[in-house]
This record gives sequence, structure tokens and C-alpha cells, in this order.
Amino acid sequence: MKEIFKRHPRYAHAPEAFEGMPDNLWVRCPQCRELLYAKEQESTLRVCSKCKYHFPVSAHERIAMTVDEDSFREYGQGVRAADPLGFRSPSQNYSEKLTEYAQEAGTNEAFIYGTARIEGQDVVIGAVEFKFCGGSMGAAAGEKIARAMDLAVEKRYPLVIFAAGGGARMQEGVISLMQMAKTLAALDRLRDAGLPFFSVMVDPCLGGTTASYAMMGDVTIAEPGAYIGFAGKRVIEQTIRQKLPQNAARAEFLQEHGMVDLVVPRAELPATLGRLVRLFVSCNREERRPVGEPARV
Amino acid sequence: MVSLLEFETTLRPLESELEEARRVGGNGHVDSAQERLTDQLRRIYSDLTPWQKVQVARHRERPYTLDYLQWGFTDFVELHGDRSFAEDRAIIGGPALLNGRSVMVIGHQKGRDTRENISRNFGMPHPEGYRKAERLMRQAEHFGMPVVTMVDTPGANAGLSDEERGQAEAIASSIATMLALRVPTVAVVIGEGGSGGALAIAVADRILMLEHAVFTVASPEAAASILWRDAGKASEAANNMRITAQDLKYFGLVDDIIPEPVGGAHRDHAAAASSVASAINSCLQGLSELPIDELLAARYAKYRNIAFFSE
Ligand SMILES: [Zn+2]
Repeated sequence: MKEIFKRHPRYAHAPEAFEGMPDNLWVRCPQCRELLYAKEQESTLRVCSKCKYHFPVSAHERIAMTVDEDSFREYGQGVRAADPLGFRSPSQNYSEKLTEYAQEAGTNEAFIYGTARIEGQDVVIGAVEFKFCGGSMGAAAGEKIARAMDLAVEKRYPLVIFAAGGGARMQEGVISLMQMAKTLAALDRLRDAGLPFFSVMVDPCLGGTTASYAMMGDVTIAEPGAYIGFAGKRVIEQTIRQKLPQNAARAEFLQEHGMVDLVVPRAELPATLGRLVRLFVSCNREERRPVGEPARV
Repeated sequence: MVSLLEFETTLRPLESELEEARRVGGNGHVDSAQERLTDQLRRIYSDLTPWQKVQVARHRERPYTLDYLQWGFTDFVELHGDRSFAEDRAIIGGPALLNGRSVMVIGHQKGRDTRENISRNFGMPHPEGYRKAERLMRQAEHFGMPVVTMVDTPGANAGLSDEERGQAEAIASSIATMLALRVPTVAVVIGEGGSGGALAIAVADRILMLEHAVFTVASPEAAASILWRDAGKASEAANNMRITAQDLKYFGLVDDIIPEPVGGAHRDHAAAASSVASAINSCLQGLSELPIDELLAARYAKYRNIAFFSE
């Protein structure tokens, strides 16, 4: 695992947690305040060795940490946002912002996807890139999510998505809202084809993301400590007029309330997904069932 | 007289004139005063800004789902409860007759006064509301009844107990179910279409919008605080987000606009309801003629093919 970022040079982004630290040698854990040796962060998959806090990682890093070495082939890189509303205000010019987002994130949109292998098994895998406009679901991101679903149907592979972000992208208005419907329409075809969808929700996963495809996984997985829900912490606090306890609406809380199947630490995710793919695909008698026809029990 | 919004204050002298004419008597005076008032209303309402439309859509006297049921439908029987946790009065539903045809009507419901608003949570559903809606959609499908939804909510409720009971899952599941229903579906945005909490019951074969209704990805106040950390810039957000029926029709995101009585639906509930009922009825006539698989294919394409990106 230590070599993972060297093997994927084009995915190697400098993690933001390193900023401001002398010589980039140390990184401070925001949860337990421990100083961690930066070089070790790669071998620990950016998980604090003391308190197990999961640092944010980029979409490309996530996929690289999860799939078999060099197996990821990216699709749909040409799909980009288009500023359909001509969103202008004195303080905000969306089309200029898009260029900034792309530079910050190192991706063309808030979602990437492609094919890969997990423990030798073919999957379609995608991940939300939080650094691109907070991982929000504009028309281009929604399209890419739907295409990941289409690709899974076409190839008859299971689907894995790392879901994150708050869903709504204000600058695309109701077009952004409608991506919830678009992704769920595409997901319905995947379901009809009898293919499993493993949704992995990572911090933060909210709003139009959870209220659409993310919560509709055949198996829903959460990363430890991830903030997952419909409303953000601040909005809930405004609604109930009190402070939220530290663990509220986090992955473990959601599991306790029956909203997610599994809470899986980053290091165990490849093995967990590998096992799930084996379990759900071995019962899949796809050869006898044309695409678009519902699975028979 | 209905209560006036801030941009309607020029009506006040005209209203006084009309009252005076009525008091003094004389048909000619009353008619011409009425005419001046109507002209002014027409002028104001033909040129509303998006932010003004938000205020009309939120008007306390605007007709709500129950008003449309009262004036546009007959024989409504309200059904209650989600069968797993509670009854949520922010979403109502049940079968009713529309032009002699049984339909399942499901809609957000705001309260008319403070007491009713508390019991209806200002039209902001909990997960139970969406689960009730989903239950009624499935019931409609089972009996071959078309589903008619009325959309009017500031948004889904956002408390910690809503998280515990799965607000996001309830909304996602309602959308997924509605997209796959094997009966014709029509949604009407009658007031505020607030975000995911509105979309949960809005993904129909035809989406109609009342002339002065709005549909937003987030309330203008929330959008302003997300974009500029300043909820006071709500009007700027409203103007930029393309939230009006006219803009959304232009983008093809809604299928048709239902005209409102002069001065807004809140000035004439019966007339508004009759326009809404006949618009729904003509949609259903068209949709009912399609074989169900064609209807489902068209519905899939309608949502899957929403584009607005570049490649
Ligand atoms: Zn730590």
C-alpha cells in the first residue's frame, strides 16, 4: 500500500492536511491533535494511527486505495459543466468559478468513474470529488453518475460508488435538483438488470446525494466517523435550536438507527467489497436475462 | 379583501375607491372602480420579479392542496398514516374523483393559521410523510388509479429525529417509487417547490406549475447563505436561480404553466382550482391513451435525458 501514490503519479495530489506544516513533514490530526509523520500517512491510507480519524482523500486516491493495482480505467472525462443558467451576480461568476474548481480538484467535474477490478473481479467504480464545488451534483456530475450506472448495465458489472457532497449546486438551480431524479432513473435500470449497487458514503454525505442514489444502495456502507444525513449539522442545529452531540448523524449513529448496513474502516474496504461482489454476483444468472428485464427470484 | 404584499401597496387607494363606490352606490361607479383595480392588479402581476413570486407563492391565503381538493375534485377520502411510525399532517393523500375518474391525490399541506401550521409543521414533512406518500402511490398502482400530486413545501423537515428515522432514505425511496409507477402521474407545483422535499413527490410524467409558483434547488434564503454567507441576499439568489414557472418552462424542466386568476390564485380559490382540475384532466386523458410500457419508457427518457452539460 505504501507505494500506491508512486504507482499512480497522475493521481498524486498533495493532501491539504499537509499545508502550513514545517517542511510538510508533520500533519496534525484534527480529531485527537496528535502530530503524525506525513510520510506514514500514505501507508496508513490517511487514517490517524492514534484515534483512527479518516482524513479526507481525493476521488482518485479513494479509487486507487480500493481497487487492484493499476486496474482503474477512467471514462467520461470530457463531460463538463456548462453554466446553463448563465449564473451571474456581482460577487459570483459561475463559468469562471468552474475553472477554479477544476484547478483545485484536479478533475473536470465533481465525479469520476470507470472500470476496475476488486480482488480480481470486474466492477464499475465511481467517486465524488469533494474539492470540486463541494462535490455538488450539477448536470455534468449527475450525468457522469448516471453514465457509471449505464456502463455497469452495459458491461454487466456490479457498481461501487463513493458518495459524498451535499447534492445541490446552487448555480444550476432546479437543473441540479433534477439530477436526483436522473440518477435514480438510471439506477432503476441497474436494478432491473439484477446488478448490485454498493454505496459507500464518505464524509460529508448529505442532501441531494443521500436523498437520491447514495441511500439506495443494495448494500450501504459508511466510512467511520463520516457525517451522513439529509441536513447539515448547522441546519439541524437551527431547526432544533440546540447543539448537536459530537456523534450525532455520524456513521455509527446511522448504523445504530438502522440506516446503513456496515461501517467499514478504509483499510478493510477492499476485502469487504471483494467479498460482497463475490456474494452478490455468484447468484446472478445474467446470461439468461436480457438487459432491461427484471431479475427473477 | 386579501392581505396585500409589499409590492401591492399601490392597490390600497384603488381598493378604498371601490369601497367608497360600493357605499355610495351606483353601478357605473362600482364597475369603473373595479376595472381600475383589476387593471392595476393585472399590471403588477404581469411583471413580478422572481423574489416577488416567492412572496406570492408563500402568501398565507394562497390555496393549498385541501382547497384544490374542495373546489376541483369530489368525494375525497383522506387516508392516514405510514403504517410504521406515525401520521404526518404535512402531507395529505387519498382517493378522489376528478371528472368521474378515480385518482390518488397526494400533496403537501400547509396550515392556514398558527395552530394548524404547528400541527402541519408548516408543510415540512417528516420521513413518515414521504412513507405515507409512497404507500398511497403503491396503492394507486395496485388499483390502476392515476397519481396526482400537489407540491407546496418550504422543504423537508431537518431535525435530528428526522435523521434518526431516515429523512434522506424516505425521500430517495419516494422518488424511486414514483419514477417506476405503472400508472400515469401528474404533478402540480401549486406554491413553493422547495428542494428535495418537494421533488420527492414531483417526478411525474407531466410536471405542471401554477403561473406564480416557484421551484427551487434550495430556498433563496438558504442558497444566499450557502453562496454568500448572507441570507439577506435571498432576492439576489432568487433572481439568479431561475425559479419561476416561466423560466423552468423555458428550460423544459416543467411541461406546462397553469394561468392564475388576475392578482394570483389567492384572490379566487375556486377559479384557480377549476383551472388546475382541467389542466390535470387533459394531461391524464393524453397519458391514459399510452400503453403502460411506452409511458414508462417516456418517463425514463424525460428524467435520464436532462442534459445541460457540455462534452
Ligand atoms: Zn487522531
